[in-house]
Amino acid sequence: MSGYLFALVGAVVTLGFMVELLRRRRLREKYAALWITVAVVVMIGVLFPNLLERAAVLVGVTLPINLVFFLGLLLLLVVCVQLSAEVSTLEHETQTLAEEIALLRNRVERLERGAGQQPSPPVADPGLGHPPG
Amino acid sequence: MPSAPDLRVLVVLPAWNEAASLPAVLNEIHSHLPDVGVVVVNDGSADATSAVARAHGAQVLDLPFNIGVGGAMRAGFRFALANDFDAVVQVDADGQHDPRDVPALLAQLADADIVIGARFAERGEYDVRGPRRWAMRVLAGVLSRMARTRLTDTTSGFRASGPRAVRMFAVHYPAEYLGDTIESLVMAMRNGLTVTQVGVSMRERSAGRPSQRPWKAAVYLMRACLALAIALTRPRRVSVGEYTA
Repeated sequence: MSGYLFALVGAVVTLGFMVELLRRRRLREKYAALWITVAVVVMIGVLFPNLLERAAVLVGVTLPINLVFFLGLLLLLVVCVQLSAEVSTLEHETQTLAEEIALLRNRVERLERGAGQQPSPPVADPGLGHPPG
Repeated sequence: MPSAPDLRVLVVLPAWNEAASLPAVLNEIHSHLPDVGVVVVNDGSADATSAVARAHGAQVLDLPFNIGVGGAMRAGFRFALANDFDAVVQVDADGQHDPRDVPALLAQLADADIVIGARFAERGEYDVRGPRRWAMRVLAGVLSRMARTRLTDTTSGFRASGPRAVRMFAVHYPAEYLGDTIESLVMAMRNGLTVTQVGVSMRERSAGRPSQRPWKAAVYLMRACLALAIALTRPRRVSVGEYTA
């Protein structure tokens, strides 16, 4: 099996997997887009091998494969940063929700008291408490 | 309240596993400050913090999990706004702040939007050394220049916020590390709010002390400087939208 065929099969499988995840709504488009782009770029590289060599000459990389490694690392970095940013957004949203829940709990409690009902004590979930920072 | 009798004041106590020290603090607030509202923000405690606070007559905001002082305080500011309080005083639930100093803080709200209860100023004994002390000096220096007044203890958790500050913090209160102290001051000053300080006495906290270990203090110094640098380079926030509960 030639290296090019191996790369082509890998790219096609990746692409198919991404599309399938999207179809099942397991993955949102904004996360899949990057991987689909990668698979497509790899396929182009496999189908037109001298494109890679021309690109390597263009940016001054002697060994074309080193260009592939460099781009691979860059890509992983971008993905990591993207995920960190998404986690930060989620954390911020979670925190806002937690605050709203606390305020609503307090309001329900006071309404219950006002209506002469015995307020039900909130159920705390101690296991979840991680100190932030 | 001495010079601000028209303000409705809410004392906010962010509490994380403070069931042991809360009763004394709440009793003190009750006896020295009979006219204020009191809300304990239970920041995901695993102990009886929430029940203890209720038993001592405080309003309680139960956060479903621990989100840190910044988030707890923002919930407190939102509570204040939703319940028509004009001013918020942040007091630690561990008993290190003396409620008898609260009227002095509130009196200064006539001239400033935020009043810090400073632990070094004139009275009280509060002893820190090494990198933590340098960090506090650097922060105090930079923030004093911004505030155009002398601030000596910018990381104090003992603060009073006036009506304008309450409206702003109910919407934007930073949840970052040290955001509840440094970044919130920077944000307030950049939006035209004024900051001043009043000397307060410090007491031994009932349990735990800030770490004095050199490397921990060094990490604190770096994180504090990073927090300050980032806060200073953030884009200004222009509008403070009205928060409606």
